[in-house]
Amino acid sequence: MTPIDPRLLRAGRGTAGLLAAGTVLALASALLVVAQAWLLATGISRVIERGGPAGLAPLLGALVVVVAARSALGWAHESVARRAATSVKSTLRVRLARRAAADAVAGVGGRRADLAALASTGLDAIDPYYTRYLPQLVLAAVVPPVVILQLFRTDVPAALTVVLTLPLIPLFMVLVGKATEAANAKRWDALQRLGHHFLDVVEGMPTLRAFGRGRVQAELVGASTERYRTTTMATLRIAFLSSLVLELLATLSVALVAVGVGLRLVDGGLGLQAGLLAILLAPEASAPLRQVGAQYHASAAGVAVADSMFAVLDGPPAPSGDAAAAVPAGPLTLRVQRLSVAHDGRPRPAPDGLTFHAEPGRVTCLSGPSGVGKSTAVAVLLGHVRPTAGTASVVTGGGTEEVGRLDRTEWAGCIAWVAQDPFVAAGTVADNVRLSRPDATDDEVGDALARAGLALPGDRPVLARGTDLSAGERRRLAMARALLRRAPVLLLDEPTAGLDAASEAHVLEAVRAEAARGATVVMVAHRPEALAIADAVVEVR
Amino acid sequence: MRAVWRVLRLGASARWRVAAAVALGAAAAATAVALAGTSAWLIVRAAEHPPVLHLMVAIVAVRAFGIGRGVLRYVERLLTHDAAFRVLGALRVRVVGQAERLLPGCRRLFGEGDLLARFVGEVDGLADLWVRVLVPGLAATTVGVGAVAGLTGLLPVGGLVLAVTLVLAGVVVPLAGARLARAAGRDAQPARARYQEHLLALVDGARELEVYGALDRRLDALAADDDALAGMERRSAWTAGLASAVAVLAAGGGALVALWASAGALERGSLDGAGLAVVVLVPLAVHEVVALWVPVAAQLPALAASSRRLVEVLDAADPTPVPAAPMVVPDGALAVTARHLTLGWPGAAPLLEDLSFHVPAGGRAAITGPSGTGKSTLAATLLGFVPAVEGALLLVADDGSAVAPTMADSASLHRAVGWCEQDPHVFDSTVAANLRLARPDASDEALRAALQTVRLGDWLAGLPDGLATMVGEHGRALSGGERQRLALARVLLSGARVVVIDEPTEHVDDATATVLLDDLLRALAGRTVIVITHRRDLIEHRVEQVVDVGAMSAPPSQLA
Repeated sequence: MTPIDPRLLRAGRGTAGLLAAGTVLALASALLVVAQAWLLATGISRVIERGGPAGLAPLLGALVVVVAARSALGWAHESVARRAATSVKSTLRVRLARRAAADAVAGVGGRRADLAALASTGLDAIDPYYTRYLPQLVLAAVVPPVVILQLFRTDVPAALTVVLTLPLIPLFMVLVGKATEAANAKRWDALQRLGHHFLDVVEGMPTLRAFGRGRVQAELVGASTERYRTTTMATLRIAFLSSLVLELLATLSVALVAVGVGLRLVDGGLGLQAGLLAILLAPEASAPLRQVGAQYHASAAGVAVADSMFAVLDGPPAPSGDAAAAVPAGPLTLRVQRLSVAHDGRPRPAPDGLTFHAEPGRVTCLSGPSGVGKSTAVAVLLGHVRPTAGTASVVTGGGTEEVGRLDRTEWAGCIAWVAQDPFVAAGTVADNVRLSRPDATDDEVGDALARAGLALPGDRPVLARGTDLSAGERRRLAMARALLRRAPVLLLDEPTAGLDAASEAHVLEAVRAEAARGATVVMVAHRPEALAIADAVVEVR
Repeated sequence: MRAVWRVLRLGASARWRVAAAVALGAAAAATAVALAGTSAWLIVRAAEHPPVLHLMVAIVAVRAFGIGRGVLRYVERLLTHDAAFRVLGALRVRVVGQAERLLPGCRRLFGEGDLLARFVGEVDGLADLWVRVLVPGLAATTVGVGAVAGLTGLLPVGGLVLAVTLVLAGVVVPLAGARLARAAGRDAQPARARYQEHLLALVDGARELEVYGALDRRLDALAADDDALAGMERRSAWTAGLASAVAVLAAGGGALVALWASAGALERGSLDGAGLAVVVLVPLAVHEVVALWVPVAAQLPALAASSRRLVEVLDAADPTPVPAAPMVVPDGALAVTARHLTLGWPGAAPLLEDLSFHVPAGGRAAITGPSGTGKSTLAATLLGFVPAVEGALLLVADDGSAVAPTMADSASLHRAVGWCEQDPHVFDSTVAANLRLARPDASDEALRAALQTVRLGDWLAGLPDGLATMVGEHGRALSGGERQRLALARVLLSGARVVVIDEPTEHVDDATATVLLDDLLRALAGRTVIVITHRRDLIEHRVEQVVDVGAMSAPPSQLA
């Protein structure tokens, strides 16, 4: 890794601003460090030479000012760093959310557990990079030269000792850091897999417990943590080695300066004030570098997180193409011709050469065994999935256009959709229905719920993913949402699965009513009751 | 703080490693302080031009301290981290164990997005309690107390000044800072959980939100969540900087006062020049050690909040506590009897009331009724996840002995009762691993046979790696129907004598459902089978009895 990750630098205005402000603040604090050392050395030597506090007052007065100024500068630097971290994290979170949503629409998203880990604990790993590492890096670049300059004016041999050992610190830092970098990336990867394993085990806990496997899984989680400990400790043994070398170099150079200065004092080649100033300044030259070393592995973890994040952000974008064609005017006929969609890991496309027409005012049912690509055909009509072969087009009196070439927003605006596993947001029943038409009145929402046959009050709260609703209730909620929209095209993926006969009849009646109003209805269905209301049944195979 | 203590005590197994780490950490810090002290002494003595031999001890000591510190720190850090990971392992096992007892019955205790934060982020974050709080804190305290004692020997006022400034920088300021940050920390955690939950909802519902034109609105709402979160972080920024600023003031001010006081002592003759340098310069080194405390204190409120949440999960009451004298479910065939049974989830209104039926051993019954009447609660009760609210649900052996699931020994219960969920969880693992949950020692042949029975034989043949094919998160690579059948295969393998099947015909067309039900009931011949379904039409000719739990049953005449 480079000392400053250029992608983070570009990620928000925060980083560059922090570096600029930090440089000014660091220069000022370097001068104050030298001033404080000079005042203390002069004070101590004057007291010893004069045998008492005579003439000490002006020095103490100056010391008060210097200490107060150092304190204020330290405060300013840390506050600026925190604010920079916050703004960069915020920028990244927003970009991550946009990208994740776009990927999910295109069906290319990664695991949701990874995403959640990245957006929360993962991003926090960047904190130390900003609040500790970067300010320290600036201090490390600015403070040592100023201190060494003063050391040369004070005692040349001491300055030379420091100058000779100091460059070894960044050298070792880079050498050992190279070994740490790969290990850190691996560690983060292991942490993510472990987190995913956790979530999978916990979500499936009812299943595990029913098979009497819950306890065993708890032990397996313990065992995988133990493996993680072993591998992490191996990493840390190397990572901490860098700090060991750095501290050794730094403290040893301080000790060498003290011994050298002591011997020159005995010879009489050096005065007490200069000797004291030298031993006060020597550790100040290496301290910022030593601190950089100490912050190094925390920042490396943050950079590894940044890598995962930029892998998501900089991944190949979802194919959007130049889809901007207007939806032709007039009642919409959907025409699917020889449509095939290939899937990774499946030998046969699904659907495989599907052809059908869906006309306005009619209910067209797609039927067939599971896995033949009925839902995929719907996804193609929605414009979410691109056909591998064949076409899906919109035909009207005004012309013909392939779905993939239509303006996204305009086409989406024509569709009401009930997904096979409908989305339910945390909120109320009415919130969820209103998703399709935010400006709908309470009466309209109530009417949609009634037509979908869902006897839940609009203000009834629901949990995220509708975990407190039955599968049938979730589906009817989605149906109400679709009905509320009064869209020209209805795409319904098994809207009556999980419903009892009475509710099913109710929903099917609403579907017929939509067709009667002129909508083009495509419905994936299995059951005879549903197929019975179809104007046309397409056997998908 | 009580929660923090609870969490710390969970790590009692690593206490000797922690103690050793504290000792090494204190020694390393003491070395740094001693290096500053001996150097100061050496310089002032050398300026008096004594014979070099008189300085030899100091010179050797300075060099030794120069080397010792880094080595001690290295070993200490390794020990600390090792101990923290061991504790973490124990913690995770405890937490998953708790999920095992609580989750099936009390889903609401574990939120969706929140859950991840709790299990991965927060439990992992608690490692800092050992690495960043306990060990450096105790080490710094030891060195601080030692330095105060040493300086008091040289110049009592010097010791007092150091003690006061150390308490100010190491205790008062961090505590005040923690108090300031606590409110921010408390506010930030829910905001963070909310952000995460909304983000996951956005991803889960991305396609529907996009179709309904709500994606941008949702993203804007998420950006608003993000602004709230960032605002909270910004508000706590100035407080953190303040704490370290006061620490610099305390250290510098202490040196200043010490110089003034020791100058007077020198004049009175109660302190020599070398002693003066030590009294002025050693406190600066001690403050550098204690400065480690300041960032630690800023983290404490967040760690305490995580600890509280962990303790909340650890302390939650078990809806089905392990019975004092668990009864082993007898071997052999089992009948199922319900007597005036009232069912419901813990903490919610009862769903089914006064239900009575008897399914003889080897018999098959259907529980039918409209969607949403709580038929699934019956499965949860039979599996021992939730207790019966009133009345009794019993497993009855041939000899007439009866066991309520919540009173049964869990291992024997899981061998006795099998379950096929309505929404089966498919683990992110291989097909084989998903099946072997039910029977870890099953041969590949047995797995294939089970898949064949649920008509997944062709599906298996089409998989790239056969049984070793990975099925994705939430069984993403599987269609709804395939998922359902995989779960049925799992139940077939389990060898349970009583099998509850929740909505088996979901996601399958009627022709397939008819064949599937026949296959299933044939495969389960001899076992006691309870099918929970709203499709009375499909099931009633295939079972010996139908228990209708809803007022509106589906009249068979509706069949086309």
